[in-house]
Amino acid sequence: MNPTRVADLGVHDGALAALGGPYSNHVALRAALEDARRRGAERIVCLGDLGGFGPNPGKIYPLLEAFGVVTLAGNYDRSLSERLSDCGCGYTHPADNHFAQISYDYTNRNTTDAERDWLRALPELARLRRGGRQWLLCHGSPRRINEFLWESGCSDAFLERLARDANADQVLCTHTGLHWQRRLPSGARFVNVGAVGRPANDGTPRVWYAFFAAGADEAEFVPVVYDHEAMAREMEGEGLPAEFVETIRSGWWTTCLEILPAKERARGRF
Amino acid sequence: MTPLAPIPLRRAAAPHVPLLSLDTVWFQVAGTLCNLSCSHCFISCSPTNHAHEIMRRADVRRYLDEAADLGANDTYFTGGEPFLNREILEILEDALRIGPATVLTNATLITPARAQSLAAMERSSRYSLEIRVSLDGLDAETNDPIRGEGCFDATMAGVRELARVGFNPILTVTQTWGDAEDRALRAEFHEFLRRNGLSRPRVKILPLFRIGREASRTRGYATEEFLTEEHMRGHDPWTLQCSTSRMVTSRGVFVCPILIDAPDARMGQTLAETLRPFRMSHGACHTCWSTGASCRN
Repeated sequence: MNPTRVADLGVHDGALAALGGPYSNHVALRAALEDARRRGAERIVCLGDLGGFGPNPGKIYPLLEAFGVVTLAGNYDRSLSERLSDCGCGYTHPADNHFAQISYDYTNRNTTDAERDWLRALPELARLRRGGRQWLLCHGSPRRINEFLWESGCSDAFLERLARDANADQVLCTHTGLHWQRRLPSGARFVNVGAVGRPANDGTPRVWYAFFAAGADEAEFVPVVYDHEAMAREMEGEGLPAEFVETIRSGWWTTCLEILPAKERARGRF
Repeated sequence: MTPLAPIPLRRAAAPHVPLLSLDTVWFQVAGTLCNLSCSHCFISCSPTNHAHEIMRRADVRRYLDEAADLGANDTYFTGGEPFLNREILEILEDALRIGPATVLTNATLITPARAQSLAAMERSSRYSLEIRVSLDGLDAETNDPIRGEGCFDATMAGVRELARVGFNPILTVTQTWGDAEDRALRAEFHEFLRRNGLSRPRVKILPLFRIGREASRTRGYATEEFLTEEHMRGHDPWTLQCSTSRMVTSRGVFVCPILIDAPDARMGQTLAETLRPFRMSHGACHTCWSTGASCRN
């Protein structure tokens, strides 16, 4: 396994957009990138998991390049670049793994060698300085690429320790697909930027990303309305599971639900 | 050339597992006292087993404070039967103030009033409260020979109370069947829970540990099942729960929920004393190693 690669993004005090989990949903990704640009984001970062769930994974990479997005590797990207047999999402329940495998096998089959090389070059962590504070950008958690940081599943004490161990005043992460943020008693802040590839299990097809106004540490979570029907039809055309397509249309998660803590699970329909 | 004499079978040195991070703290909050005496119980809990005593709220609180100081994430409460502890509701409230918590119960002592109290504390906490309910069959005929006469009906009454106040308990079943039947049985469990008012059924299957009462019900561990350094080569220690958790009982801090009857599994009096590697010298370690199982949700 490669040693963790850390990108140094230098000082950045301007407007910043952070998004996670495109999951091959290129229609939503484009809409989110255009929205971020319209809002004046001077820099856009993507915290990884470019493939999975959606169709035609190769459509994601040119978009990220065209918008000059600083991209980190997620567990999905690492699995593809290392030609692993599964996504390494970190699910523990067979039902979750069943659907995760369908989407990984599809994505793996539709990834070229050149794309694997591109993925292999991505850093796994990034640091930047903002208003004198140290920011750490990661996919799952600062310590593990596939650790799930759920809002109702993380104690203050635990997040404080993760931030302290990473020498960070602010941590940006994704991986769960649900956005949230918390300012800790020490003043450190965790922001899970959510996912642009899959709705947030809230019964609407919108997807979400995090926007930081110039100088701001607090995220504004931005909903993005996009042509989800076009995405649903493309997924159907590729023969992806009806359960995935239903999520794109309804906004409710239908698969990989067993990993959710009680509170997050209770908010969804399934 | 003379043939080599057979080498007497000797156990190779057991490997050590590091404590990578103290993420999870378990509490044997009801000791080894239980209103049931299940035939597969790996720590032989019963109404008369005082090997570990019921814990007092003040003692639990001291450990909760220490866990938070050490940056732990979540807590689990088990026994025995946690609801035999008269302070269990206050203890869970204390735990939910600092992080997510899970309670493992047979649900036979979940009264409507207790279910209401649990729901109220869950609503007022920013953290998740998970309730895990143990069962071993989908009817009294299969469940009660393992768990005791009348247990099935009492458990399902508790499950319905929990569902009525909005909980979605995780049904926890010990795998007493072969892998071939696994898929069909999981589907049956889901259907069964739906019929009992849980529209989003959740099931956790635990592997069978061949210790405690279970060792005499079927068999204990064979010599070749004890772990050696060889087993750990290339094995990710994060997958072993002893690399990220500890178990607190009335007698101190143990390595994990499974081994609280093993004298060498007691690692200290405080959590801080147990932030060190553990020697995996027990047969049960093989089950965690080979199945990748964790007692966590």
